Amino acid sequence: MNDDRPEDEARPDEAPGDGVGGLERPTGEHRPRWRETLGIVLANKLAAFGLVVLVVLILTAIFADLVAPYAINAQDLTRRFEPPSLQHLFGTDEFGRDLFSRVVFGSRVSLQVGAVAVSISLALGTFIGLISGYRRGWLDTVLMRTMDVLFSFPVVLLAIALVAVLGPSLRNTMLAVGIVFTPIFARVVRGSALSVSQDLHVRAARSLGASDLRIVFRHVLPNVAAPVIVQTSLSLAFAILIEAALSFVGVGVQPPEPAWGLMLSDAQRYRTQGWWLSVFPGLAIFLTVMAFNLVGDGLRDALDPQQRSVIESRGAGGDA
Amino acid sequence: MTAEVGSEHDPLVKVEDLRVHFPIGRGRDKTAVRAVDGVSLEVHRGETLGLVGESGCGKSTTGLALLRLVEPTAGTVTFDGVDLATLSRRELRRWRRRAAMIFQDPYASLDPRVPVGETVGEALDIHDLHQGKRERSARIAELLERVGLHPDVVDRYPHEFSGGQRQRLGIARALACEPEFLVCDEPIAALDVSIQAQVMNLLAELQSELGLTYLFIAHDLAAVQHVSDRIAVMYLGRVVELADRTRIYRDPQHPYTRALLSAIPVPDPPRERRRVRVPLPGDVPSPTDPPSGCRFRTRCPEVFEACGRILPALQQVGAGGRAACLLHGELGDPVERSPHPDAGRGTTTGSHVAEIDPG
Repeated sequence: MNDDRPEDEARPDEAPGDGVGGLERPTGEHRPRWRETLGIVLANKLAAFGLVVLVVLILTAIFADLVAPYAINAQDLTRRFEPPSLQHLFGTDEFGRDLFSRVVFGSRVSLQVGAVAVSISLALGTFIGLISGYRRGWLDTVLMRTMDVLFSFPVVLLAIALVAVLGPSLRNTMLAVGIVFTPIFARVVRGSALSVSQDLHVRAARSLGASDLRIVFRHVLPNVAAPVIVQTSLSLAFAILIEAALSFVGVGVQPPEPAWGLMLSDAQRYRTQGWWLSVFPGLAIFLTVMAFNLVGDGLRDALDPQQRSVIESRGAGGDA
Repeated sequence: MTAEVGSEHDPLVKVEDLRVHFPIGRGRDKTAVRAVDGVSLEVHRGETLGLVGESGCGKSTTGLALLRLVEPTAGTVTFDGVDLATLSRRELRRWRRRAAMIFQDPYASLDPRVPVGETVGEALDIHDLHQGKRERSARIAELLERVGLHPDVVDRYPHEFSGGQRQRLGIARALACEPEFLVCDEPIAALDVSIQAQVMNLLAELQSELGLTYLFIAHDLAAVQHVSDRIAVMYLGRVVELADRTRIYRDPQHPYTRALLSAIPVPDPPRERRRVRVPLPGDVPSPTDPPSGCRFRTRCPEVFEACGRILPALQQVGAGGRAACLLHGELGDPVERSPHPDAGRGTTTGSHVAEIDPG
């Protein structure tokens, strides 16, 4: 049994004083749930680190014009393949473009692909998963078998196939990644929706006369949010990785857009010319993906009640 | 006030030969759990009918089927003269305003993600029972106060409340749409003994103030002794005895009722020492494959030959009581005639010999 009762449970009859005319209210301080969650995420040092990296990354993407010292495509053919220096923090590439500026602008591409692609799969997957888990029956079978078919392809392979059909571009990359991730969300949502719609409080809402629509949006959806939030964070990491892979093999973002995967691809061609060509874009991908993963893990710990109690008891033991 | 369709003397709720079978297995192994297998009873306006039986006898399922929260396999439920099976989905949703349920588990029956004020006020939104936000919050505050909770708790979440407080929230939610009929499914079974009395008193107060009609489900006779006007005893999906409270306790007519009564301790040492317990041998048979004839015959201390042949009907025994036992006359359905009565969805009331109106 999950024992999240407040401490006053043992002496529920006392509640003296604070009631007006014998009216009771729960003892213990009222704390909004999201603040509790944030507190637990931040208590996890790795997750806090991930969150800091993400904040820096997002600010960088927003203010890229201010952060980057050079324009994205400003070429200086007299300064090709210069190693990192004070003028060019990350060195220059084969056209003499400032690598630091390009990595900075690349954050926009990565975050945009991640955000749009995951939004697509989140919306589609949640919709499909909710219908499946709540309605059950043949509709559930049809939808889930369709998802299984999508799911059975290796993710990158399916994304490449989709882009090959749609044509390589930034927009189609986002679309492809979005479709590829849909089954993951559909499954996560369906599993939770299946169990939540069996909950007694759903039956209680139905006994009041609530419509299916109301039950799904007011009672099922909020209760499946936790695993979905975690999945969103982890998927963002994976989406950015896939975009990089697609761009690397040439079917994703097209030059001269400053995508990290594309820069790695170039670096591979000129790998004898300088280590910085591959190290900095690679580092950018690594840090971003890691940050999303760390935050995702932290969120999972914070939002999963079983995990939560483990962490809290561990924390209490550590203080002693 | 809602329109009175039936007269004052008609029962508010009338259940006839209600059956709820849950199919299990598939193909050749396909069979059914006969959770409720031919229940007939009626609840009169303003009374409390206690529904008693051990775990798995189908009492909760009966309560749920009464409110159409599970679909009956057969039989009819008539509420204020209207057969609930004839209502469309929309009409049924609108009807739900008139009947509410209080659940056994106050932890699971409140949505953990919804602030309690919203939970209590949900019925107001569903049935459009307010004009504007101000009236809505006033009504929610009133409901919370009515169950003894401070109105400023509206923003809190269920996990912040104790068990007794949560059950009172459940009651406030049930009262929001001003129902006439409340199904209380073991509302105090999950609570500490010290709070049980609080909740029971609250329910009794509400009944006298609001003129509510209760179906009060419990697993032992002691629990419903003081709140019920009449009591129905269930065994393995069927009502075995239905009588006035005093009658059940003073003069039980069914061997199963006698066994249940003998299990209640008497708070008086000399009488307690004289109490003779009627032990029941064996376990409750599986509701998938109930015994032929009388369901209780495998454990009955007074079993005789006819019990395997005839499925006893509820028959009038003396004044103000009915029992389904062949000791009071061999009245019922011969076994050969009803091996699987769920073949059709129609009612099988016609085949019952005993259909006695208590009025």
